[in-house]
Amino acid sequence: MNITEALKIFKGGVPVPHTKRTEECEVITMPVPKTLIFPMVQHLGAPCLPLIKKGDYVKVGQKIGDAESPMAVPVHSSVSGTVKDIRSILYAGGTDVMSVEIESDGLQVVHELVAPPVCTDKKEFLKAIRESGLVGLGGAGFPAAIKLSPPPDKPVDVLIINGAECEPFITSDYREMIDNPLRIIEGAEIIMNFTGIKNAFIGIESNKPKAIEKFCSLLAGNSAIRVVKLPSRYPQGGEKQLIYAITGRIVPAGKLPSEIGALVHNVSTTSFIAQYIKTGMPLIKKKVTVDGSAVREPKNLEVLIGTQLQDVFDFCGGFKEEPHKIIMGGPMMGVAQFSLTNTVVKQTNALLAFNKKDATMAAESVCIKCGKCVEACPMNLAPLFISGCVEKNQVSDTVQYGVNDCIECGCCSFVCPASRHLVQSIRYAKAELRKLAHKAKK
Amino acid sequence: MNPNDPSMIAGSSPHLKSGQTTSIIMRDVLIALVPATLASLYFFRLNAVFLILTTIISCVLAEYVANKVMKKPVTIGDYSAAVTGLLLAFNLPPSLPLWMAATGGVFAIIITKQLFGGLGMNFINPALAARAFLMASWPVAMTTWTKTAVDAATSATPLAIIKKGGEVVTDIPPAITNLFLGNVPGSLGETSALALLIGAVYLVVRRVITLEIPLTFIGTVALMTWILGGDSLFSGNFLYHVFAGGLILGAFYMATDYTTSPVSTAGKIIMGTGCGILTAVIRLYGGYPEGVCYSILLMNLAVPLIDKYTLPKSFGGGKIHA
Repeated sequence: MNITEALKIFKGGVPVPHTKRTEECEVITMPVPKTLIFPMVQHLGAPCLPLIKKGDYVKVGQKIGDAESPMAVPVHSSVSGTVKDIRSILYAGGTDVMSVEIESDGLQVVHELVAPPVCTDKKEFLKAIRESGLVGLGGAGFPAAIKLSPPPDKPVDVLIINGAECEPFITSDYREMIDNPLRIIEGAEIIMNFTGIKNAFIGIESNKPKAIEKFCSLLAGNSAIRVVKLPSRYPQGGEKQLIYAITGRIVPAGKLPSEIGALVHNVSTTSFIAQYIKTGMPLIKKKVTVDGSAVREPKNLEVLIGTQLQDVFDFCGGFKEEPHKIIMGGPMMGVAQFSLTNTVVKQTNALLAFNKKDATMAAESVCIKCGKCVEACPMNLAPLFISGCVEKNQVSDTVQYGVNDCIECGCCSFVCPASRHLVQSIRYAKAELRKLAHKAKK
Repeated sequence: MNPNDPSMIAGSSPHLKSGQTTSIIMRDVLIALVPATLASLYFFRLNAVFLILTTIISCVLAEYVANKVMKKPVTIGDYSAAVTGLLLAFNLPPSLPLWMAATGGVFAIIITKQLFGGLGMNFINPALAARAFLMASWPVAMTTWTKTAVDAATSATPLAIIKKGGEVVTDIPPAITNLFLGNVPGSLGETSALALLIGAVYLVVRRVITLEIPLTFIGTVALMTWILGGDSLFSGNFLYHVFAGGLILGAFYMATDYTTSPVSTAGKIIMGTGCGILTAVIRLYGGYPEGVCYSILLMNLAVPLIDKYTLPKSFGGGKIHA
């Protein structure tokens, strides 16, 4: 059998309730909505500039935003229709982002430039990936083309396909693994072909036996791509934890996985690459799990990027209870949304709506120094001391406690009996440190 | 629902909680102390009833008054004052006058806890600090031990009997089975090792405490008393030292107090070992027959230092220097 167990188990982590109740919900394609909004930043990096103006007619797959910066990733229209407005909108991340509003005509006319890319070498491949608008679909939104081209002095010898999906509720990656396993394998082979990586692993958590079985049978006899069964412990899908589990290598603090010769891509990212090379259709739609205690009919959907959250929830029968928290992403790392006019973006893999009971968090009380956060931290940090520094307004002291190594997985806040806002204080410290560094540069 | 609806909660992730709370933890500690409480009621009867009620009421009342005077939210609902009260009673001789016990309760809460900022801020264990305070204030009353149950005459504790170079005590040391069950003179809650261990299992199963501190504490005492506690090397009666006195109570319930113990595994091992060494040294060479209370208090003082030097290395990072 083409399957191995995890080589190493990361320290810490928490046993979260999996709540993967949409597991068996087959993916339904959502109809084209009337109005869509496209933020010009849907990636980690420099913002794009709109390439169209108000009143323009755009088609499916047409590039509507791009920028010179290598870290920028172009944005494409997911519908054909008319540009209604270009304006700045405040998003849940706390920043204003220039956004393009498009009214669809429902015809879904495909743009003339959409054609399978010609890739004969790595350079053309990377250029095509950039043009496809692909970012890491696991959640962080790191530009995929950048990830695929590590510095030449850092030889990468192992490709890891991330099928851990350790966040509760989310099953969109799981559906991709069940529905399109061949596409994922093909994508992995394409990456290996262009990057010259000889060994690949696909890591799947043990709570997805059907997915593991599927890949085991499809990859039987394949010595280049192997299946790794991972323990179902959050945050197993964290990049550093995953690399450690599969290769035993540890990514040094502040460095990228290429430092130790590893490249990690999510199953959906890999699958998209295979599809894109075949069709040339840029990233315009996403598989999204819609769930949570306030949602009437939990579903797995294929949603056009730019679709407003209200439309998505309406398609799922609306709310059965008044929602008090809407989360884009999983409950451990997802971002709470303040408005239903915000839209599905490239990294969106789940939309969760919770009723009052599930949305309300216990009031914060004093730290009793129980050390449970230290025990739970998969990065081996001591969150209580970082939060202590922040409370005393000694943000620069948090550096020595390794604040910048924090992956914000949320394990510390999850276990904290005093409901301390540990992750929040760490985010605050990171932001303040960035400001200080920025000031020092000037 | 309207955009910007104020009923929408847009807090920071994670949006999921384990459900563990401070009051559940404190309640678990109280539950874990039930067997030992029952044992103390069995062995010391009415003395135990009055002493336990006095310390718990004085602690909870002191906390309430302190909260009110300092205009802070009332925190008696987290049960931490009740835990302190019960643990204090366990550390007192059964015949102690009740007004002294009440003074101890007030000292524990007001002086060691609330004056330093309340729960989570005290630097030494409140119950043990109160015991040390009572020891210094009324040494005779604090070392007058009654025999258990039927025969309520004064007696010496097992540790005082086997103490070398102390005052001459002619009693015969009780059998080890009595020590284990608790039918011996001693502080209210420390005598029955069996009852304390049943509660300790509950604490470990409920993941309230981890075993680093208790095991290293007890292990170090056992090792040192075995090597050094006999007439020649390696002939000490270490089982006696483990089950007599307050070692089981101290190791599982007092040294593991969150606020006054280190947070990392390495720190906990240092804490437990340090407590063990100090206890053995006091018992074998010091002026007192028992040393658990002072050893924990001394190690409490070292906790900030231990925490500072035992912070774990971050995953993939260099050594963190605090």
